[in-house]
Amino acid sequence: MSLLEIKNLTVKFPSRKGDFTAVNDVSLSVEPGEILGIVGESGAGKSTVGNAIISLLDPPGYVSGGSVWLKGERIDDLDENLKSAIRGKRIGMIFQDPLTSLNPLETVGAQLIETITLHLDIDEKAARARAIDLLNQVGIENSEERVDQFPHQFSGGMRQRVVIALALCSDPEVVIADEPTTALDVSIQAQILGLLRKLCEDRNVGMIMVTHDMGVIAEITDRVAVMYNGKLVEIGKTDKVLYNPTHDYTKSLISAVPRPDKKSHRFPLVTYIEDVKERPEDLKLSDMWLGKTRDYEEFDGPMLQVENLKQDFVVKHAIFKRNHKYFTALKGVSFDIKQGEVFGIVGESGSGKSTIARCVTGIYEPSGGTVSICGTDLNKLEDKSRQNYYRRQTQMVFQDPFSSLNGRMRVENIIAEPIIFHKQATNKTEVKKIVDELLETVGLGSNAAQKFPHEFSGGQRQRISIARALATRPRFLICDEPTSALDVSIQAQVLNLLKDLQEELGLTMMFISHDLPVIRQMCDRVAVMQSGEILEIAETEALFNTPQHSYTQSLLGLMPKFRTVS
Amino acid sequence: MENENNLNRWQDFRRRLADNDIWYSFKHTPMAYISAITGITLIALAVFAPLVAPQNPFDLASLDLFDASMPPSWMDQGDPRFLLGTDDQGRGILSTIFYGLRISLFVGFTSVFLSLLIGVSLGLISGYIGGRVDAVIMRIADVQLSFPAILIALLIDGVFRTVASKEIHEDLALYVVIFAIAISGWVQYARTVRSSVMTEKIKEYVQAGQVIGLGSGRIMIKHILPNVLGPVFVIGTLHLALAIIIEATLSFLGVGLPPTTPSLGTLIRIGNEYLFSGEWWITIFPGATLIILSLSVNLFGDWLRDALNPKLQ
Repeated sequence: MSLLEIKNLTVKFPSRKGDFTAVNDVSLSVEPGEILGIVGESGAGKSTVGNAIISLLDPPGYVSGGSVWLKGERIDDLDENLKSAIRGKRIGMIFQDPLTSLNPLETVGAQLIETITLHLDIDEKAARARAIDLLNQVGIENSEERVDQFPHQFSGGMRQRVVIALALCSDPEVVIADEPTTALDVSIQAQILGLLRKLCEDRNVGMIMVTHDMGVIAEITDRVAVMYNGKLVEIGKTDKVLYNPTHDYTKSLISAVPRPDKKSHRFPLVTYIEDVKERPEDLKLSDMWLGKTRDYEEFDGPMLQVENLKQDFVVKHAIFKRNHKYFTALKGVSFDIKQGEVFGIVGESGSGKSTIARCVTGIYEPSGGTVSICGTDLNKLEDKSRQNYYRRQTQMVFQDPFSSLNGRMRVENIIAEPIIFHKQATNKTEVKKIVDELLETVGLGSNAAQKFPHEFSGGQRQRISIARALATRPRFLICDEPTSALDVSIQAQVLNLLKDLQEELGLTMMFISHDLPVIRQMCDRVAVMQSGEILEIAETEALFNTPQHSYTQSLLGLMPKFRTVS
Repeated sequence: MENENNLNRWQDFRRRLADNDIWYSFKHTPMAYISAITGITLIALAVFAPLVAPQNPFDLASLDLFDASMPPSWMDQGDPRFLLGTDDQGRGILSTIFYGLRISLFVGFTSVFLSLLIGVSLGLISGYIGGRVDAVIMRIADVQLSFPAILIALLIDGVFRTVASKEIHEDLALYVVIFAIAISGWVQYARTVRSSVMTEKIKEYVQAGQVIGLGSGRIMIKHILPNVLGPVFVIGTLHLALAIIIEATLSFLGVGLPPTTPSLGTLIRIGNEYLFSGEWWITIFPGATLIILSLSVNLFGDWLRDALNPKLQ
């Protein structure tokens, strides 16, 4: 008898266009002390499985078939009161975002004590002692003191520890963790995963770990279930599934994960996804508007020169300027990007890498230092038309494909806007022709022009975003985490596209990412950033093989241990 | 070619409409379509008043004092020519209601449009530029918010009365009322738009516009404005009902529109004087029309608010 068993679970979401089957006939089981990973891309139904176990499906979803058994006892058909008694007491939960899973108005202790007294029959004093003990177990120092602090006084990683303590309050038999480390930086992720592994072993708890990240799966799970389109396609020992997959989908999914250990020319494509559409082979950029010689003045020096760049943000306004309080995002950063080079910037969240991109593109005005494109400092340039001349050369691809396109505009108008604004075409038919060519170039086809952004998937929107960036025929393209919001299979496609464009158009590129394997695949030279400073700049291979700075070394050490065999 | 293009656009529009959640919700919410039909009927009656009204109540030549104070046609002494009876000057109540609706709706729509224009532009500027400009605009809004709308309207009307002579006042009363109602309502739009702009302006599509090199004005109007208009339309419909009621209140108090151009509110006031002499129909029917009008507009606005709220879907 397994600790937790799911038999033939089917979950449906009714809508006016018919029922959508989110989970289709899934069966799995968890043993005590075991960590079972559920991995899959967005829309695979992995989170829905977790939610169905604890009967917390988002309305209007419902379980239309199958059963859930906890220690041989059926729990999915109990009435709501009995279910909520099991939830939190016998099954603990850890959610993705530690910011929203704690109540900001109550102290951490109050939240722990409330949960403990709710599930265990002990008085408040004993509950408090237990709360402190739990905080100790999840690795929070000075827990006597910190138990009376509010969530905002804890850092992201510490908060996730509190959430874990909360899940462990009542000695649950099963813990369901839904993307517990996705919102955290790699260094903290490693600590949290280590903690979860240890707690599972010490307390003999069975855990279901829902994640999209192959690295996390390789790191801590014993067995893994791979889901695709609501179906369980493969389940087995982690080592076997990762290094010797049998199902085609698992194979292609694993091959799309960027390799941290060596640079390969292109990413293998996941052919299992319907979304796949490569650029037609016979498309010659040199025959198109995009490939024609650009009318920019020749310049010999570096594309971009950043010298001692500083950026402060006002965090607290005051009537007089001298009383403002500032946060320093960049503490004097200097680097050059040569023409035709792909320059990577890597760092954890808050390191200031996106701020650099926004200073270079003129979204922020730097508080100090200079940013020169082709030897010209735009912020000192008075002439509007000259400013536009340089603006046109520098374009940017943004991180979030959902907010980077104006939802009220048709794709055609989104891409046409920069062409018209910079007077790149003389009449409407010409603009239309260029837009169609651009859409073709990024692999969308010209019938995308009449649609609105919400009719596209994340990866397709990112292609639209790239087409818009190309619409001014830039020489310098800035990519700010262009694939961090995408699934690995889509990421592989988008990165291939960027690589092709960079090579064929001879673009200079600044590529910002927190993901080291992606940086290794894309960049010629890399800068490592931490809290507003550049610690190290080196050629990519040199950086990965012989890192100089201790921070770089520790970052590299934290890279996912997962290696592909092929 | 051009024709085919139009046809395609039309098919495209039809497809989008069938796909649209708001249209679906509209078709499946009885309250929404009943109130919409009622509202549109009343608006149509008002617009086509000269064609549908049995008499022209403002054509003095057609009035006959022998017809004065007749009860509705189904009562004793009723006359089939006057379905809802007549007032003390022999004007048919039904016809005066049609013409009164015209004025009430005109005041309602123009004043809402005017305050929407003022509110949305100030809110947009306030939210996008921020800093001192924002502080000044919002403090003015705060001060105005501490006065009830009807009081501001009374104040503006009172000031105008003292400065203008009686003839000018009669001619311009309509526009003064519109202005008074518009000024009392802009704050809500400005605040709503400002807060939406503040969440929109940090989104990446705005930054993409800045990277292209677009100016602030273009970004505000072309990119941000269409994305913040949703809640504005909801307030607009709710405000339309309110504006009609404020106008009726002003007219009822005798500071709104003169009896020569009677709105629903003026009709209710005139009828009020005869209420105790048993001629109830003079005031009850315009009153009921006012209630039906504002109720249908309000219910439509309520539905629109819920339909546009993603949390309730």
